Amino acid sequence: MPVISFENVRKVYPLPAGDVVALDGVDIAIDEGEFVLIMGPSGSGKSTLLNIMGSLDVPTSGEVTIAGNKIGGMDDDDLTLLRRDHIGFVFQQFNLIPLLSIVENVEYPLILKGRQNGTRERAEEVLRAVGIEKTHFTHKPGELSGGQQQRVAIARALVNDPDFLLCDEPTGNLDSKTGTAIMTLLDRMNREEGKTVVMVTHDPRMTEYADRTIRLVDGRVEE
Amino acid sequence: MTFFDLARRNVVRHWLRSSLAVIGIVIGVIAIASLGIMGNSIGLMFNDMVSDVGDTVIVSPATGVGGGKLTERQVSDIARAVGSNDVIPFSSTADKISVGDKEGGAMLYAIPAGDIPSLLEVESGGYPRDTGGGCLIGSELSANSRDNGLKLGARIRIGDETLRVVGVLKERGMGFDINPDYAIVVPYTWYSSHYDEEDYDQVIVKVRDVNDIDAVKESIEQRMNRREDVVNVMDTRGILESIFAATESITVFLAGIGAISLLVAGVSILNVMLMSVTERIKEIGVLRSIGTRRGEVMRMFIYEALLLGIAGALIGGVLSFCAGYVVTAVFVENPDYLFDPTSLLYIVFGMAFGVITSVASGLYPAWKAAHLNPIQALRHE
Repeated sequence: MPVISFENVRKVYPLPAGDVVALDGVDIAIDEGEFVLIMGPSGSGKSTLLNIMGSLDVPTSGEVTIAGNKIGGMDDDDLTLLRRDHIGFVFQQFNLIPLLSIVENVEYPLILKGRQNGTRERAEEVLRAVGIEKTHFTHKPGELSGGQQQRVAIARALVNDPDFLLCDEPTGNLDSKTGTAIMTLLDRMNREEGKTVVMVTHDPRMTEYADRTIRLVDGRVEE
Repeated sequence: MTFFDLARRNVVRHWLRSSLAVIGIVIGVIAIASLGIMGNSIGLMFNDMVSDVGDTVIVSPATGVGGGKLTERQVSDIARAVGSNDVIPFSSTADKISVGDKEGGAMLYAIPAGDIPSLLEVESGGYPRDTGGGCLIGSELSANSRDNGLKLGARIRIGDETLRVVGVLKERGMGFDINPDYAIVVPYTWYSSHYDEEDYDQVIVKVRDVNDIDAVKESIEQRMNRREDVVNVMDTRGILESIFAATESITVFLAGIGAISLLVAGVSILNVMLMSVTERIKEIGVLRSIGTRRGEVMRMFIYEALLLGIAGALIGGVLSFCAGYVVTAVFVENPDYLFDPTSLLYIVFGMAFGVITSVASGLYPAWKAAHLNPIQALRHE
């Protein structure tokens, strides 16, 4: 069974000037262990697709199944728990919580899940796996470089052992050398850990890491 | 690390803004508590007066009947009406007195010698007897007249008779019956023979049980005023209670002023919290997208308001105690009233009000934060 499945998904935004069709009958199936790129020009419906894959939004029609859960008809709390337990988000701007230290940022999803014991150890273990040194654990996010912050963000995404990583331009705010290092890390997570990775990007060089690329044009998947 | 911890960190991160909001709460708590204490202390003061002199019923002749005097027979009637309670008839007049070669005027109270001890306390000396020409002087009169020799053992000339001061009265303060502090108290027999007077001006009834006052009044009215109003019956408790009722509304009014200042503080908390939500929109978006539920976001912000409220209430509580001391010491001149449980309750009340106000002010911002659209919040710069 695919980790993510879209069946004839439409998303329409009603606007006073007329309805805007962001997704127009999209069919996608992403299997476990795949590294999939989603590419397309601005306005192609990429962001909408990403939001629905991330259970931040629901389709107007059609059926979306995320990690075995149909998201149509879910309420806000169900969607939130789906994000918490099955999806690992990696953002372009890292989006670490400035109030929390590095290790606390990674620990946070575990605490949301209500785990009491061993959360700190688990957070440190994942941080080491993404290549953050122990001396940085108690720093605040702002004290780290962009590349390090993105590693911490990947650790936070991985800590709850999600069904897939959903990455939105993860190298967009990094220089090419640091970006390559981040891509190598994601690639390693995909190959060695078998983590499913879905990545939205503009950058055509990313295709070399991916098993396949889904191209969106005007709200449709380009064959 | 919990939501409470996150809230605490945010309060500390914006410490200046937080302290300003806390100051608002502190002022509100102090205002409620100290104004409440002040009103309450005034009430306590009157309450003390009620228990001091509130057991007195005063019977005076209705004007126009019998020349404004009460006869011996009427006094006996009153005595029968009130059963076992003490009945003390008295008359008063003012006369010229001389001590040695100094002359002056003074108020004279004439009370049957046997009744004096039940009404007045002496500070030094003893009580006068029906015979023997003794008298008592009031504490203030004694204090003011030390220079001209009016003291214990002195001789006072009134008309062509001489009285000896056998006792000095204890200070009694303002009373509703008699005010002997500046007066001379003489035995009624002496007064009667000196002024050739058989009747009394008024009758004081000392009621043993304060709860019997209404029954005693009723009984006197029934016996004396059967056909026409012969006497007026007045009780001090009634007078004091109407004053007391006024002080209660003063307390409510003062606490109301305090509540307004707390309301202002609540608005400032609301403002601070809304600012906090607005500048953390992106952060809220991140928290929501990685799996924080609405209720959890809401809790985080309510905790923040709660922390501000608790800090304000604690500081305000301590300062209220100091302010309460000043208020009771300066305005009511008796700091003991601060330690009365009903006064201390106003501090608790003020603190509780402070916490409730800030949490209530935090509700809307917290709700607003929890109901942000996570997609739009994430995109917010």
